[in-house]
Amino acid sequence: MNITIDINGKNVSAAIEPRVTLLDFVRDVAGLKGTHAGCEHGVCGACTILLDGEAVRSCLILAAQAEGSQITTIEAVDGTARQPGELSVIQDAFCEAHGLQCGYCTPGMVLAAKTLLQHNPTPSREQVREAISGNMCRCTGYVQIIDAIMLAAERLQGRNQPANGA
Amino acid sequence: MVHDMGSKPMRDKKYRFLSQPRRVVEDRRFVAGKGKYIADYDRADMAHVALMPCHLPAARIDAIDASAALDMLGVIDVVTGAELVAAIDPLMNGLDTPKVRRYPLAVGQVRYAGEWVCAVIAESRAIAEDAIEHIRLETTALPYVLDPEQALRDDSPLVHPDHNSNVLLDKKFVWGPVDDDFAAADHQLNFCVTWGRNSTVPIETFGVVAEWNAWEQMLDIRASVQMPKYADQIAHALGLAGNQVRVHYDIDVGGSYGVKRGIKHAVLIGYLARKLHRPVRLIEDRLENMRAGDAHGPERKFDVSVAFDKDGTVRSMKMRALDNAGAYAGRAPFQLGKPIGAIVGPYRIGSVAYQAISVTTNKAAQEAVRGFGQAPTNYALETAMDRVSAFLDMDRLALRQHNFIKTDEFPYLIPSGSTYDSGDYHTVIDKVMAAAEYPKLVATCNQLRKDGMMAGIGIATCLEPSGGNSSFEPLLNERNQTTTWMESCQINIDALGTVTARIHTTSSGQGHETLVSTVIGEILGIDPDSIRVVRPNSLESLPGNSPVGSRMAIMLGGAAARAAEKLKAKIIAIAAHHLQCDATRIDYQGGAMLSANGRHITWDDIIESAHRQIHQLPDGMDPGLASFDIMQVPTGGDLPKDGKVHMYPCYSFEFHLVLVAFDPIIGKPEIRSYTIGHDCGTVINPAIVSGMTYGGIAHGIGAALLEEFAYDESGQLMTQSFLDYLMPSSHEVPDIQLVKYCTPSPHTVFGQKGSGESGYLGAPAAISSAINHAVAGLDISFDKLPIRMSVISDKIAAATHHRSDSG
Repeated sequence: MNITIDINGKNVSAAIEPRVTLLDFVRDVAGLKGTHAGCEHGVCGACTILLDGEAVRSCLILAAQAEGSQITTIEAVDGTARQPGELSVIQDAFCEAHGLQCGYCTPGMVLAAKTLLQHNPTPSREQVREAISGNMCRCTGYVQIIDAIMLAAERLQGRNQPANGA
Repeated sequence: MVHDMGSKPMRDKKYRFLSQPRRVVEDRRFVAGKGKYIADYDRADMAHVALMPCHLPAARIDAIDASAALDMLGVIDVVTGAELVAAIDPLMNGLDTPKVRRYPLAVGQVRYAGEWVCAVIAESRAIAEDAIEHIRLETTALPYVLDPEQALRDDSPLVHPDHNSNVLLDKKFVWGPVDDDFAAADHQLNFCVTWGRNSTVPIETFGVVAEWNAWEQMLDIRASVQMPKYADQIAHALGLAGNQVRVHYDIDVGGSYGVKRGIKHAVLIGYLARKLHRPVRLIEDRLENMRAGDAHGPERKFDVSVAFDKDGTVRSMKMRALDNAGAYAGRAPFQLGKPIGAIVGPYRIGSVAYQAISVTTNKAAQEAVRGFGQAPTNYALETAMDRVSAFLDMDRLALRQHNFIKTDEFPYLIPSGSTYDSGDYHTVIDKVMAAAEYPKLVATCNQLRKDGMMAGIGIATCLEPSGGNSSFEPLLNERNQTTTWMESCQINIDALGTVTARIHTTSSGQGHETLVSTVIGEILGIDPDSIRVVRPNSLESLPGNSPVGSRMAIMLGGAAARAAEKLKAKIIAIAAHHLQCDATRIDYQGGAMLSANGRHITWDDIIESAHRQIHQLPDGMDPGLASFDIMQVPTGGDLPKDGKVHMYPCYSFEFHLVLVAFDPIIGKPEIRSYTIGHDCGTVINPAIVSGMTYGGIAHGIGAALLEEFAYDESGQLMTQSFLDYLMPSSHEVPDIQLVKYCTPSPHTVFGQKGSGESGYLGAPAAISSAINHAVAGLDISFDKLPIRMSVISDKIAAATHHRSDSG
């Protein structure tokens, strides 16, 4: 079947088997390798993408189901305006707090964080914990991930700006 | 949450970059989704592999008919164990068990449920999976054995009939006057505890891509691997020369923590690439990974006796450790060996008898898991300390403090032959007790009990032996003469004056690029962020042994430091030649300048001389600015003697203090407070060490409460997916208070020790201690990990009913 999906603002069209998952479409058809396969049964969250702005598991959705939707992957986490090599505030906070180790779950975590902060710009630590509870990480014990998201929230609120705004 | 409670000054020097809060170089590409993982590696014309399992735990393979599968469009080939056995050598295992042969696919006989019997190669993974359904496998079921004690009996089914026994290893050691100590002690007690089969279960499964270039006679391997001597083992099995296998180290590995060994996978895929003259790829799916990736961890039963006096002095210990290796040897038997290097933990136990038994059963094969057997042994040891305390009605912490090696007793020789380098256990305990506000913790525990909850405080101490030379191999197998476990680093300063270091391993989140750039920057006095660290392929590499055994801070950090010192010496020699003074009179000022008698020479001048002006160099000096170092393990190098050997140069220490509470009917343990004291000597990057420690604790929480590869009586793995193999989510891991302390090691360049296994080694013991403390009043105990909520509620219910029945 022929389908077209808007991925990161670009229409990607392909003839695919109906059984192809959105995860495989993103990785193999669109060639965007930042979305990772972990369990492929909807538990680990490594394949998290944004579908019409909401974090979803791309391994549980067929590509055909996503036709007509807008998909955002880690490659365009903060819009497509950024230059390669330039980090978003959330990504930068993950670096600052070292909220990762091997990096495999990290794109999913960053997108889960983005969704949370869109809905709740000033989350508590417990709210952050809840928001990432569907994303498994085997490296960090989550502590520095939560630190990173708290830091990102603070920075997005502008609390890190110099007082004079300079 | 990091609570740095201060530390001893790190020797007397101030570091510019080392131990400073600096970002981790690798993080930039990972947060952008720009890591280079094995599944991201695409090749035109790539063939894909799926693996057909047999569902029986033991079976004779009578026939495999793949004709229908081979007729399918897009199917390229189907390969069986019978084909492999004629073409390749068995995988190496390091033991002296020649009749326990292991191949990538079952040969003649299936030895565990899920074992791969054939590989289907197709134009896509989906087609390969479809084709499996068209292969006819005819088998005859054979008797099987799952329980390790049963596997030891004479009437047990044999997993490897040719071996004529299920025993892979049975070694008895007696270190010191055990019988005399037991006879002289006031008391002794015996108990049995069992460590359940769990593993590190990285979120990325194992994957490998192999390409054979017939014109160059070269096999290129890319894999998500953490395996010492990987290229050598692949070449050995495939009958290739060492320089015909090129393992590319620039693949980012999506988590490993020990298990990503992938040797059977790489040998299979390498064989297929040569046979088919196409790039071939295998990426395990989760099911293949869980049941047949051969990546389970230790499953170990301990029978322990301890002899002690009424004042709490633990004199001696007898430990029998029976490990269920699963169907093949893997690295499982050696995981009984590493704990010998810290068999008495941080305690002055004067003598030990240790029996290490490894048996085969019809379960999946084991691989190395974080700590290489140390976490299970520590669980047994700490349970002993809790049991002795209960017997004597003595405070659990006071008993430990009474038995601790004191800080002025280092270096300390333990009965099994290892010498501990340094430590200050009492101080770490004091700092943790202060940080956790222990009296408040006790009050909280008591209040929870008053409110009808079960609540308990758990404590555990633990050593992390680090940087070892694999000398458990010759200790457990006399024909194995391994005495070095070297690591290496190369550095080049180019003609523009910038520094590039080469390291010879893959990385799976440990931050090796950050480690090496920080160390080199510190020694050369230049900004670590200006140093590039690359991971070339195995043919461009010097010898190394990959990041196993908490060794990279010590060994890779050590090799990088030594290579940098050699460069620095050359730079100083060039400067002295220019300035016409003795090298000892040169004041090395890092990247800026070198001065003597008020004269100076710039970094750029030295680069220019080294790269273009040999007439400006001292007589006989080679041009260029490059160095390398192949570093032997500090303190290592001797073969075992009389059943003893010195194993590890460095011993990190940790102390866990936790409060666990649960409803007596529901039985779901919640960690209400978690504090860990951690001393791994001089820290190279604080964020990396903190992160590893938190992550290790999370993994330990899983081992203690949730994670188990559980088989049913018919030999089927019941936990094959993330729906039933439960791992801690962010809800199960509490905020953790980390108390840092630093007792430098005298054996390493900066005083650093290992930390890659921290947290995991002690957390299971601490959580078990807390739960057992909570239920002590009911006269019940939990003797097997994981302690699942169902077990807790059932046992409490039984105990309560029993009481009301008898009362």
